[in-house]
Amino acid sequence: MSRALALKLEPYFYTAPSLLLIAAIMLVPLVTGLSYAFHDLILLDPLSGDFVGLDHFRELLDDDGFWTALRNTVVWTAVSVALQFTFGLILALLLNRPFPGRGLVQALVFLPWAVPGFLSGLTWAWLFNPVIGPLPHWLQGLGLLATPQNILSDPHLALWGPIAANVWWGIPFFAITLLAALQSIPKDIYEAAAMDGAGPLLRFRRVTLPLLAPTIAITVMLRTVWVANFAELIVVMTKGGPADATQILSSYIFTLAFQRLDFGYASAVAAVLLLLLLAYAAAVMVLRHAMTERA
Amino acid sequence: MNKTFARVLPRVLHALALAAFVAFALFPLFWLLKVSLTPDDLMYGEGVRLWPSRVTLDHYGAVLRHSQFPLFFRNSLIVSAATGLLATAAASAAGYAFSRFRFRGKAWVVGVMLISQMFPLIIIVAPIFRLLAPLGLTNSLTGLVVVYTAFNTPFAAFLMQSFFEAIPKDLEEAAMMDGATRFQALRHVILPLTLPGLAATGGFVFTAAWSELLFSLMLNSSAAVSTFPAGLLGFVSKFSVDFGQMMAAGVLALLPVGAFFLLIQRYLVQGLTAGAVKG
Repeated sequence: MSRALALKLEPYFYTAPSLLLIAAIMLVPLVTGLSYAFHDLILLDPLSGDFVGLDHFRELLDDDGFWTALRNTVVWTAVSVALQFTFGLILALLLNRPFPGRGLVQALVFLPWAVPGFLSGLTWAWLFNPVIGPLPHWLQGLGLLATPQNILSDPHLALWGPIAANVWWGIPFFAITLLAALQSIPKDIYEAAAMDGAGPLLRFRRVTLPLLAPTIAITVMLRTVWVANFAELIVVMTKGGPADATQILSSYIFTLAFQRLDFGYASAVAAVLLLLLLAYAAAVMVLRHAMTERA
Repeated sequence: MNKTFARVLPRVLHALALAAFVAFALFPLFWLLKVSLTPDDLMYGEGVRLWPSRVTLDHYGAVLRHSQFPLFFRNSLIVSAATGLLATAAASAAGYAFSRFRFRGKAWVVGVMLISQMFPLIIIVAPIFRLLAPLGLTNSLTGLVVVYTAFNTPFAAFLMQSFFEAIPKDLEEAAMMDGATRFQALRHVILPLTLPGLAATGGFVFTAAWSELLFSLMLNSSAAVSTFPAGLLGFVSKFSVDFGQMMAAGVLALLPVGAFFLLIQRYLVQGLTAGAVKG
């Protein structure tokens, strides 16, 4: 009897340590943090702390900073993920065929992933600095810039700086997961397709892509959520400037909380961001479900 | 002639494309190294040359002498190693349960772990501070280990699950038929087979903990318990015109994670491959 009970409880023993830790350190603070969104909470201001209901959310609607940051979040996330994915897939396909020195090449191209995020930001900020970095001079040579200026201080171009750093840093993530998925496709499927006279392009479209699709859906979804939340590069490279031109929602939250010390309003923006990301993830899951049902 | 050309051309293109990727991946790091070795008097005159006409180790000497980097380095090493061990242990238990059991509430457990990956962590900085301060866990390395372990466990658990999926269930079932409990079977039969997976997960968590900036900055204000990223950022804002020293400090920050990553990256691909077979 007690043995049967112990067997039934066994899975919970294995999951309990992780679950308790995540609940205590992440979920309870998340609930507390979200509750700030309904309070007037300004750090170091003893008069704040009142319940204000939906006031912060009403304030959001008229906040130009919020709408700019929302637009930038979409551009930042879509462009970064699209480029990371495209180059990551190309790299995975290149690495998937045997060649001498593959181990070394693979280690080298994956190296950017090991670079701490803020250090990638600093490095790229230095590369874009015309005094110390080559990029402005190269961009001028290519005719993309009229003078070797720092694009990070140009409101129209600045967002491309953090995007470049983000693409450089994120390619290995897609390359690693896609390469793993590619290597798990059984070789005989390709051989059979080749016997039937399918050329490389047709094999890629009819065999590789459909088999990669589940991995692609999951990694793109996780990555999108993660990149949308990733403020470090922007905070380090531009601090959201010049004039809020590169502010995304997560860096805007950072600015609100730690420069204006307005934790209430910052939490309201964070709540909106969380809702948008949950809606996005749910949409992807439904779509993926619908596609597997059909297939 | 034409035939050899047609056979060689794809290989040449393949090699060229890979060379482009290697160059793109390494160039920023090369530049970091180059500036860190450029003497001050050549810094601006030869700012955009690929290699300075003279090199010096002065910047490294200055960084090591004028800063507390050895201390930050030690703190980061302690925090990252402890986080790597704890998160991997918790995550392997959870990943094992995900891979081997069907149990009531499993979807909820997985859902909780997914949600924990979906929000900007900035929103919980203040609540975590208020949670840890009364326990004496702010301005403490232990506090950072607790927080980082929680942050890294969900992804590590999914990673470990995929490593366990690759190991046939028959193995521990056979051991259990011979009278071992499941835990004994896990410890003596399954875990030794997942060593590459454990190494990859541990390395992944170590790297993440080594890189974390926000919470290190917010929870630990005293230099005695600062980690490398916080120390480096403080250094950068203080010496913001001394490019040579900043980049020397950057190179130093990169060495341990870079070395670690080069060692474990191949297990990462292997482990994910194995897991993907069963999807």
